[in-house]
Amino acid sequence: MRSPGCTAGCFPWHGQAASLVARATASRPDRMLDGYKVLDLSGQLGWLAGRMLADLGADVVKVEPPAAELDDADWRALNINKRLLRLDPGSRAGTRVLQRMFTAADILIETARPGDPDTAWLAPERVAAISAELIHVSITPYGHRGPRAGWRGSDLEIMAAGGAMALAGEPDGAPLRISVPQACSWAGVHAAAGALTALAHRTAGGGGQHVDVSAQASVVVALAHAPTFFDLLGEIPSRAGSHITGRTVKGAVYRAFWPCKDGHINFVIYGGPAGRRTNKALVAWIRDKGLPLGPLEDLDWDAFDPKLASQEEVDRIEAPLAEFFRSITKSEFLEGACAREMLGYPVSTVADIATDPQLEARHFWQDLTLHDGGSERHCGSFYVVDGLRPGVRNPAAAANAGSAAILEDYGFSAEEITAFRSHDEEVAA
Amino acid sequence: MTGTTQALGGIKVVELGGYAAGPHAGKVLANFGATVVHVESHKRPDGFRLEYPPFKDNIAGINRGGCFAFFNDSKYGVTLDLKKAEGLELARRLIDWADIVIENMRPGVVTRLGLGYEEMRETNPGLIMLSTCNMGQTGPRAHTPGFGTQLSSLAGFCGAIGDAEGPPMLLYGPYIDFIASLMACAAILAALDRKRHTGKGCWIDLSQYECGVQFMAGAMFGYHRDGTIAGRNANRDRVAAPHNAYQCENDRWLALSCHTDSEFAALTRVLGCPDLADDPRFSGVADRHENLRALDAAIGAKMVSRDAEATAVALQEAGVAAYPVNTVADLFADPQLNARRSWRPREHGEIGEQNYLMPGFDLSSTRGDVTRAAPLLGGDNRIVFEDLLGLDRQELDAYVTQGALH
Repeated sequence: MRSPGCTAGCFPWHGQAASLVARATASRPDRMLDGYKVLDLSGQLGWLAGRMLADLGADVVKVEPPAAELDDADWRALNINKRLLRLDPGSRAGTRVLQRMFTAADILIETARPGDPDTAWLAPERVAAISAELIHVSITPYGHRGPRAGWRGSDLEIMAAGGAMALAGEPDGAPLRISVPQACSWAGVHAAAGALTALAHRTAGGGGQHVDVSAQASVVVALAHAPTFFDLLGEIPSRAGSHITGRTVKGAVYRAFWPCKDGHINFVIYGGPAGRRTNKALVAWIRDKGLPLGPLEDLDWDAFDPKLASQEEVDRIEAPLAEFFRSITKSEFLEGACAREMLGYPVSTVADIATDPQLEARHFWQDLTLHDGGSERHCGSFYVVDGLRPGVRNPAAAANAGSAAILEDYGFSAEEITAFRSHDEEVAA
Repeated sequence: MTGTTQALGGIKVVELGGYAAGPHAGKVLANFGATVVHVESHKRPDGFRLEYPPFKDNIAGINRGGCFAFFNDSKYGVTLDLKKAEGLELARRLIDWADIVIENMRPGVVTRLGLGYEEMRETNPGLIMLSTCNMGQTGPRAHTPGFGTQLSSLAGFCGAIGDAEGPPMLLYGPYIDFIASLMACAAILAALDRKRHTGKGCWIDLSQYECGVQFMAGAMFGYHRDGTIAGRNANRDRVAAPHNAYQCENDRWLALSCHTDSEFAALTRVLGCPDLADDPRFSGVADRHENLRALDAAIGAKMVSRDAEATAVALQEAGVAAYPVNTVADLFADPQLNARRSWRPREHGEIGEQNYLMPGFDLSSTRGDVTRAAPLLGGDNRIVFEDLLGLDRQELDAYVTQGALH
């Protein structure tokens, strides 16, 4: 712990003094959360939260059972920058070690199902009884309390419960999720913000507390202002497929995706200063290319208000745009729109993102060398501070090599570590 | 608004900018007790006030917009004309008062105004400034303007929705902005903690694009590792089958997934068709993937006459993940969200009662809250400049006469 908190006598097992707890091993004063210890026992719902705290400089220990396979792409992407501790939380010995680690940790992240007897030791009151200073973050599909707290949910059910699926898909088709799972990330980003909100309170002199993160409630935030239509007007926004709704008082829909030479472009006729500038620049671009303008020739964009347009007007205006977009590529649009200060973006694939010069210029990607000499490319830290993107440390590929150092940092004696490791080897055998 | 029982009580935040990403970050901090001042001007009010419906009774008005209000609860609202020397002077005084500035203007705008980080830290050395925009403050496309609705395309989300053979699809609203706003909160709070220990402030540059790509991190890693392109694939899953939404009676839908054979057997029992589990087309997970269309049709045929809520309850009791596909209206009646008090109705001066949304987390001892409805344009000028900043009435009146607060 960096902050005052765990004082002598707070180890209920061995009665050791807190002074045995090592402070941060190396000082990294440029890291915001330097010296804080995060114990990450989470399943996928919590991986991003731990990763974000690690990116912000905390020492995050990711606990995984000895036999767990860690090759999954999501696991690797979201658990770098953490130290790996191979330990079975479900075994009696493992539980005891972790409970003792609670007393030295600042933040605990876990994703146990509320009410599950096998993880009763992670119930908020039991964790608080071990350390009143610990910030205990529980991330669950639907939150820790309420009639459906114990309900099961994977990405699909959470996106459904949070309202996101009802708003994605064709109007006459099935509600859709995003094919790249999102619910865990929504929960994770809320959990990181929640953990640090609780930390702010503790640093200001308060104690630890329980942070209850609901993935479902986290997803509702992703719906932007959709709920206000029902709340103010009794209207229920619905899925619009490849069109955009909710922008006109006459209920007209605008096209959002336009086929181009090598994929799709996302462009919408907007109002406001940026929208007007964009619309004028696009007309100039079409004119430069010598393509027909049709009704755009005489349109006064300063007088055009997208929120008052009828569907007929929208359709008429959009026809010449479709022809223009069919004549260009995604990257031509991206560069051209940028040069003309226009709104609109191509629909990128992961391959487009991987080669985007903007990300390259900002040192977004981090190449990590593995123990076997190979290398992995990962998303770097999510922010830049004072002009620098904090580096990513500790490829999580290390097997059990770091366990002794981790346990030492958490105040375990050399004898205890030896005992732990021999037990661990027995388990592995 | 600075009750001592709130986690962020006493933390002072100034917001320059508008729309979603900046203001939503401030709102979350305000929900946990920070004193947040949203700065606009009469000439350039927050774009969400007038450009986006819904409006109270469908009549547009500067203080009638539900969209603006939704992202600005629990804050104070002031107006400052930053084109006027006196307005700028007052803005500087406000920033000197603050611990944190959140700005989401285009890169370079705050610096040109004389309110940039380097300039402001001379008089407020511990200042934390968070700048967030589409692309980040640097790079070849730093100055590209953009809206989150479309940025969600560049970050790969829209291309990952829909049928593999069909067009990409939109997410509702500026999806990516809220990824950035929550990441902004985390970065700000980490910076605040360091400031409390060391006195050191900092300038955080948060690219909304990069934040979005973090939500694609596994897919990006897969591409970098072996060239896998994560495309759109409707509701299909790598592992689970079935894994889809099915239409139930009364035009409701139910999402469910079976990750194991025993879950699938439980599903067939609840639906009253246990023979499906013995059908060779569906007996193992590989078989179910291979015959997914037939599987979806068989389940769909059972679902159309069933009640989505009751079926979800029955499936959960049988150990199968299932939840009704909540529409926006359903969200207000959802028993779980209501148990959390996710919606907090508050009375707004012109809109009347509006439900504000709490973040997806809450704390056990310093609970969050919606402390007040969103501010009217410039509605808190006196409270902020007199009570919080400590100007006396004559001083503030002089600023008003000079047009600084327009």
